[in-house]
Order: sequence, then C-alpha cells, then structure tokens
Amino acid sequence: MNKVIEKEYFSPKVVKLVIEAPLIARSRRAGHFVIVKIGEKGERIPLTIADSDIEKGTITLVVQDVGRSSQKICALEAGDYVTDLVGPLGKATHIEKFGTVICAGGGVGVAPMLPIIEAMKKAGNRVISVLAARTKDLIILEEQVAKYSDELIIMTDDGSYGNQGLITNGIEKVIEREKVDLCVTIGPAIMMKFVSLLTQKHNIPTMASLNTIMVDGTGMCGACRITVGGKTKFVCVDGPEFDAHQVDFDEMLLRLRAYN
Amino acid sequence: MTRQEYMKQKRSEEWRDELRRSLKAKERSDRPRVHMTELDPEYRSHQLKEEVNRGLTEEQALFEAARCLDCANPTCVTGCPVEIDIPTFVKNIERGEFLEAAKSLKETSALPAVCGRVCPQEKQCESKCIYIQKMKKEPVAIGYLERFAADYERMSGQISIPEIPERNGIKIAVVGSGPAGLSFAGDMAKRGYDVTVFEALHEIGGVLKYGIPEFRLPNEIVDVEIGVLEKLGVKFMKNCIVGKTISHEDLHAEGFKGIFVASGAGLPNFMNIPGENLIGVMSSNEFLTRVNLMDASNPESDTPVQTGKKVAVIGAGNTAMDSVRTARRLGAERAMIIYRRSEEEMPARVEEVKHAKEEGVEFMTLHNPIQYEGNEKGQVCRMQLQKMELGEADASGRRRPVAIEGATEWIDVDEVIVSVGVSPNPLIPSTFAGLEVTKWGTIVINEETMRTDLPDVYAGGDIVRGGATVILAMGDGRKAAAAMDEALKG
Repeated sequence: MNKVIEKEYFSPKVVKLVIEAPLIARSRRAGHFVIVKIGEKGERIPLTIADSDIEKGTITLVVQDVGRSSQKICALEAGDYVTDLVGPLGKATHIEKFGTVICAGGGVGVAPMLPIIEAMKKAGNRVISVLAARTKDLIILEEQVAKYSDELIIMTDDGSYGNQGLITNGIEKVIEREKVDLCVTIGPAIMMKFVSLLTQKHNIPTMASLNTIMVDGTGMCGACRITVGGKTKFVCVDGPEFDAHQVDFDEMLLRLRAYN
Repeated sequence: MTRQEYMKQKRSEEWRDELRRSLKAKERSDRPRVHMTELDPEYRSHQLKEEVNRGLTEEQALFEAARCLDCANPTCVTGCPVEIDIPTFVKNIERGEFLEAAKSLKETSALPAVCGRVCPQEKQCESKCIYIQKMKKEPVAIGYLERFAADYERMSGQISIPEIPERNGIKIAVVGSGPAGLSFAGDMAKRGYDVTVFEALHEIGGVLKYGIPEFRLPNEIVDVEIGVLEKLGVKFMKNCIVGKTISHEDLHAEGFKGIFVASGAGLPNFMNIPGENLIGVMSSNEFLTRVNLMDASNPESDTPVQTGKKVAVIGAGNTAMDSVRTARRLGAERAMIIYRRSEEEMPARVEEVKHAKEEGVEFMTLHNPIQYEGNEKGQVCRMQLQKMELGEADASGRRRPVAIEGATEWIDVDEVIVSVGVSPNPLIPSTFAGLEVTKWGTIVINEETMRTDLPDVYAGGDIVRGGATVILAMGDGRKAAAAMDEALKG
C-alpha cells in the first residue's frame, strides 16, 4: 500500500507529499510520472515524480490545488493512504552532456524540473535555471534548484521577488549573453508555448514536458494525444517530453479545456 | 485419459443413459428453440447499467436442455475454443442438477458466466450443433444454458471451487488480468502452481471491466468469477505494470519460473484524417473506459465524460456497437454507426446489431469519414463523409470498399467515437529483451505451445492475435497453461 510518509506545504495551495512506493522508487528516472487516484470514485490523474529515495522506498510528488482531484490529493495527511498509485510511466528524460542548458520552470512545474536539473548537472552540463511564478509565495524549491544550478534566475510577474517580468524575459537575458545548447521547459502550456517561440527564434533546441488530460496513462485511450511535427502522438507513452518546436501548442491549449 | 475418453466416460454414466432414453429424439428435435427475454428497447435505451438480456427461467432451461440429443460424438465441443464438455453440463440441466452443471463448466472454463454472455456462439459451439449441421434447425441454445447454469450457481450462494491438487510451490507470473490471463491463471492454479497476476489498472478484468458495458456484462458477474480464482489461490497485484514497475529480470529474481504474457491489444487506432484531434473526437477505448471503468456518468464520480446529442461512431465491430449503445444511453438523440462496408460485412455479433437497431441507432453503411470540422472552441461540429461502393473481393474474401468519386456529404455531429480497431500493446515487446514480434507488433509464438522464443515466456490473447474475441483469448490461456505445465514438469 502507498502510505503518505511526509507532508509539507510549499504555499497554501502547493503541497509536497512523500509517499511509500518502493517498486516505483527503484525503477523511476528523471522525467517519469505516476497516475494517482484517490477514493473509490476518484479520477486517475497524472503527476510527475519530483524525487525518490530508493533506500527509504519513497517517491515525492508536488501537487498544486487546482480542482476537485488535486484538492483531494492535497488534503492527504501523513499516515493516509493513496487509493491507487501506478508508475513509473512515460519515457525518461534524455540526459547527456549538451553544454549549457537552460532549465525553465514555471509555477509547480519546478517540482518535476528538479530531477532533470540534478541529472543535467551530474552529466556535466552548465545549468542555468530560470524559475518563474506570479508572485513571491509561489516560487518553490528555490534552495534545491540552486544547489544543482550554476546560476539561478528568478522572475515574478509582480516583481515581488527576483526580477520583475515573464520567464521569457529571464531566458532572453541569458541568450543575449551566451551560447545556449539546450532549453528544457516545464510549466503551464501557455508558458511553454512562449518559451518555445522564443528559443525557436534563436535556434536553440528545446524540450517541453507536456501535461495533457490523461485517463489510463499507458497508451490505451489516446485522451492525451497531441500533434507533434504533423503526427498524432500519445503524451503518456511517446512523451511526456517532446521537441517543443514541433508541438502544436494551440491545439494542446484547446484540448486542455475539453472539460471546462 | 484423453479429454475425449473422459467425455465418453461421462456420457456412459447410468443417469445419462436413462435420460437419453426418457424422451424420443423426435420429441426433442421437434421442440422450438427458446427465446431469451429482453428489456423493452425504449426503456433500456435510457438504462446504462441494466442488463438487456434477462436470462432463462428454470422452466425454459429445462425445456431447452432437453432439445440436446447428447450425441455420441458431440461436434459442438469442437466449436468451443476451451472445449467445454457441453453435453455433460446440458444434460445436468435437463435432469435439474443445476449446480452440478455449473461445476462441470468450471472444469474447463474460468469464466462461464462471462462466456455465456459475450461469446459469438453462432460462430462457435452452436454453429457445430448437429441441429444446424445436419437437420437445418436452430441449434441448441448452448450459450443461454451456460449462462443459466453459471447465474443459477451464483444466485444460489453455493459456489463450488474446483478441487486443487497439492501445491507444488512453483511460482508463475501472469501479465494482464483480461480473459486470456484469467483463463491461464485458473488452469495453472488447478494444477497446483503458485500464480500471481499483475495488472496495470486499478481493477481486475481487462476488457471485461473497461470495455464491455454493464448492459451486456454486469461488473458484479466478472467480480464473482474473479473471486472464484482468488479462492483457488490466485494472487492479484493491481497497479503494477510489468516492464515499468517491475522488469522481466525482477520476475526472475523473485523466482518466477514461467511468465504468461496476456497484455492485450489496448492501443486504439485512429484514421489520421484532418480534425481528428478536435475536442469531442475520441477513441472507443477512452469513451468506454471513462463510462465503464471510471463510472463517469455517475455524478459521484470525479471522472468527466462528454455526452453528445449527435454522436457518430466510426466502425462496426462489437466495440463500435458497445460505444454507440452507450452513447444512446447517455442521452444521444441521434446515435449513428458509420461503416465503410455494407451490413453484411459487419464484424459485430448479429445480436448486438439487432439490439442497437431496436434501441434507435441509425446505421450509415457505405460511408467513410474523411474530415472533421470544429467550432471556435475546438469542439467538433460536423464531419464530411465519403460515400462508398463495394468492389472486388480482397485477399481475405471481403469485398473492398471503394470511394464513389465526388459523392460526399456533411453531417452535423457533436461527438465522434473512433472504433476502427486496436493494436497490440508494445510495452512487453519493448521491455523483454529478445522477444520476437511481427510487423504488426504481435508477439511471435509457437502455435502448438504458445511459447515465445524466450524459454520461460509464453503469450496469448490479443497480444499474439491483434484484436480478437474473449473466448479465443481464453482458449490461448488454456493452451499455454497445458504447455507450460508440460514443460515445467520436464
């Protein structure tokens, strides 16, 4: 059974949960996700694994309360059990020494970005992390990100912390100043779209980790399908990471609103 | 003793002999075949979970069972992929020993209540019945009787558990808990093996749970049959994906001596036509999984589902019929089957097509979608159909549909369910090093033994066949169990 071992609030709406899942902890790699279901009538929702501890047999999830299902997950306390937890799912992030890598994380997307930042650093890359959020309270995991980054740039919409401006303003500053070999981006779809447009202009290869609607998460249904380079792909098995410059973000944004 | 000898021995028991003589063959064959009661079409087309077929009454079952002539060489058995001893169970019904009939079924079938409902008997056992083969009469209603016996036992509360020989302690892993995996697991448990079934989803049953709707196969019935397997000692591990959560090597390390891969053909095919990624266009797997597995139409469920007023289902297999009838039950005013061939070529069971028509489903045969258009919100609002005609027969003997140049039309839709087949799940082939697959992604096996080219790995069901039927999958499970047992006994 998957017991919640530890709970921590990053902000009133963002929760970190450390969950017992020894088999998943052992086989997961950076970029993998799990499907979580809470309660008998719960929905299956995808969440990227933010961290794991093989010794303790745990995985870490960071969840933002945005609706019915995420609210149920955020309401779990230490000692509670997750009804259903399955993974690791998707393809792991391709990690190698690229040179200079920008890791651009928005909002709660910083959590799944963290293992990638760590792996990129360990692979010998120069890592520049750009974190962005609406306001100071929503900047999470700053310390951990800083630990594995050669440089950390923080952007807030309202200027309450770091630099005032959007994530693209932060990235642009780096691009103007030095050669960047790769950009990795995780965050709201609209943010990833604009990061992608910017890096495309500068010919910087870019990977985006997509967060579409899913049901089974194993390739069985196609709820998560998107168009990449003119072809239909299933995010749960072909992704979640794709060449951002090939992704039809406008279609993805529409599909995300299917149940709104 | 071979299976045939065993059935002969059963046939020569005294009571069978007496029963045969109790009624003249002519009197038996003059009886008309029973008709199963069904829910009223208008009523049932609004009831998502109520089963359409109501089953036979005891009187009906007794009457029908007596139609069976208890042939010396029962050809019906050869039409059954799991070789159920049909005459023995039918004759037990005739003499009123309903529990005995159910017990007899369970010797060879892990899921009799399921098979009695979803098998295409008209193409299997019943097609080989002497009545239809030699006498041009309607065959004995074997499927109805199988269902009757299994239902009777379940409702009696006296469910028998097949005898288990001494446990041999040998650990066997099954990948997937659909019909192939369950059938295999049951057979191996009956041979004394220590069987664990690994299932990726949070429910056991595979397509029996996420695919086939409750109005055709109630979940409760599947659960009761799974309960029998648990009593036989089969262990189930849900939320565990072999190849992801645990690897082939992990299974070895944990001492599993044989692995049966029955991971199915879960990947939905799309047609790759313009507009197919619009909101409101989905695979039948997604639609049925939301409704059946996630109970999405229940307000208490957190999973949403779109419910269209004008729904088109593309395809004409059983999955298409399940989808269109489900859409109707969720409130579709217009529920349409769009099929590029004619009714004659439809792969769905005749009964499903009949039920769909009675429930008000429209059939647009010789039509094929070529594109979808959406509104400003990206929601599908109409589709363009190409009119077709039938041309020459292709290699499979089916006449090929050919587009009639220039003949297209647009129709308004607000939901489209694509049901044009499934492909084998690539997860196991891609994570089991050395496993040979065909260009269609099916696992290559020795057809006699169901063994792959990895010595400890066997496979069956849709992962070797592509999308096929429940009972063929069960037959594969049975064959693989016999062969693996043989190999392990060495």
